[in-house]
Amino acid sequence: METKYAITVDDLTVAYNYKPVLWDIDLAIPEGVLMAIVGPNGAGKSTLIKSILGIIKPIAGSVKIFGKPYKKQFKEVAYVPQKGSVDWDFPTTALDVVMMGTYGSLGWVKRPGQKEKKAALEALEKVGMLSFKSRQISQLSGGQQQRIFLARALVQNASIYLMDEPFQGVDATTEKAIINILKELRKAGKTLIVVHHDLQTVPEYFDWVTFLNVKKIATGPVKDIFNDGNLTKTYGINYKVSVQE
Amino acid sequence: MTVTEYFNLLFTDYTLQTITLGTAILGALCGMLGSFAVLRKQSLLGDAISHAALPGIALAFLITGAKDSNTLLIGALVSGLVGTFWIRGIVKKTHLKTDTALGLILSLFFGFGMLLLTFIQKMPNANQAGLDKYLFGQAATLVASDVWTMCIIAGLSLLILLVFWKEFKLLLFDVDYTKSLGFNVKFLDVLITFFIVISIVVGLQTVGVVLMSAMLLAPAAAARQWTNSLSVMVVLAAIFGACSGVFGTAISASSNNLSTGPVIVLIAAVFVLFSFIFSPKRGLLFREIRYRSNRKDLELNKTLAFMYQIVESHDNINHPHAIKILNNFHGFTRKSLQKLEDRELITVTKTMWSLTEKGFSTAANLYNQLEENE
Repeated sequence: METKYAITVDDLTVAYNYKPVLWDIDLAIPEGVLMAIVGPNGAGKSTLIKSILGIIKPIAGSVKIFGKPYKKQFKEVAYVPQKGSVDWDFPTTALDVVMMGTYGSLGWVKRPGQKEKKAALEALEKVGMLSFKSRQISQLSGGQQQRIFLARALVQNASIYLMDEPFQGVDATTEKAIINILKELRKAGKTLIVVHHDLQTVPEYFDWVTFLNVKKIATGPVKDIFNDGNLTKTYGINYKVSVQE
Repeated sequence: MTVTEYFNLLFTDYTLQTITLGTAILGALCGMLGSFAVLRKQSLLGDAISHAALPGIALAFLITGAKDSNTLLIGALVSGLVGTFWIRGIVKKTHLKTDTALGLILSLFFGFGMLLLTFIQKMPNANQAGLDKYLFGQAATLVASDVWTMCIIAGLSLLILLVFWKEFKLLLFDVDYTKSLGFNVKFLDVLITFFIVISIVVGLQTVGVVLMSAMLLAPAAAARQWTNSLSVMVVLAAIFGACSGVFGTAISASSNNLSTGPVIVLIAAVFVLFSFIFSPKRGLLFREIRYRSNRKDLELNKTLAFMYQIVESHDNINHPHAIKILNNFHGFTRKSLQKLEDRELITVTKTMWSLTEKGFSTAANLYNQLEENE
């Protein structure tokens, strides 16, 4: 059986001011995997995600979503940015932020209506934040803000989810809640790509992994390639992680 | 003429009506668009744009020789836009940061504009008097056609805001996410910036290049204090802006033609000051009051928690205990016990106290965050 690829990246090179951040990346992500992108700070993990989303223009290479350029496929892709990338003092409520997830399928000018509101409320319930729907977003804790961002992506009802450090600064309960939702999504056949920092939890949470440090070090199933050799190549120091079989 | 006389005359005097209407519309327009500038953290862009408009005014006069305000404003618009795109260009193409680019363009254009103004003043042409009004503004020079221009621009801006409301809100909150949803961010960005530039340019005659940015920022900053909803903020900012415009013009026109710009800006500053202190949620005053009452509550809670510890070891919660045993603990006074009794959390009889059922359950859930969140 031929594998269907959700995302294919060819020869992708990105640079900010002459210094390459991503160098000649080739990547084929099969449909239906829950994949972690790991690598040290400055390895280009966020840049890779942003390049896939067309937010950053690469100097060379191409990205295809189900075989077509991103511009034609944006409805298939949901994005969870880093929590710190927005100003949480913005005058709006939790429900309103989640509603933003419906804007893409609505397209230009059209306003969200009852149907969109219902979808947003359902997403809020899924992440356990329904009782906070009218809360001003600045009054949410870090973990709650992260859940709101996740709910916003859920509303998009996409096939591919790209998440930039969704576990950053959240407590153990929230982390469990989020990973359960991600696993549920994978069961529903979605493809999930997650920038992840906690190497200890990689084997437990993910089934696919990409090692990145400006260049792609390795990509494949966690059970095959998540080993000390690749970790050492990626992080440059001798890493020992116990991999549970 | 006093301010009261001004407002009495307003019902009969056509000129005053024109001026007042003009400043009201201008204030509303600036307040509305200013909210966007403030939330985009582009507060200083307005300052740079208004200063960058000055050489345009002078050049338009030099080229056409006319002092007709619409011609001059077109000059201002062109040079304001050139300034804006240069700022963007500098930020994009060089390593310089936004604040440096703004400062550079602001002083460069303003310096050039002042140079042209002094040059114009030395020209043997009686027509040049009055161009310096654009520095600090003079609402009294507004005529009906100026007000019409403002009306049209305000109407257009309102229309654009209503049509693209959803997209602008998204852009203000999260640019990258807006891009990922397939919206053309560049188009939205140029659109909103263009209208901010236009609103600044139409305000130059009334408020002047030097203080125009305050007209954009002050109403928005004041409005932000009162609400947590973007739409309410925009409406409030428009109202604050209109009020500053009208009252500022009234004062400036009734007291020997003071420059309008500074007076309007001072009125707007009063709005800001008032909002910073008295707004219920974000204001300094109520924050201090809340802080103090919270601290008192905390002390009461501490006492209550201590009582709970004692009571817990007994089977009967209502069993009375001596007040004396609380002595080791610093958090209580007669007054705080009285307060706890007022809230029906404890009962006090002479030298004894006991927890009520309500007091017991309150104390038990005191630090239970999960329930508090509901």
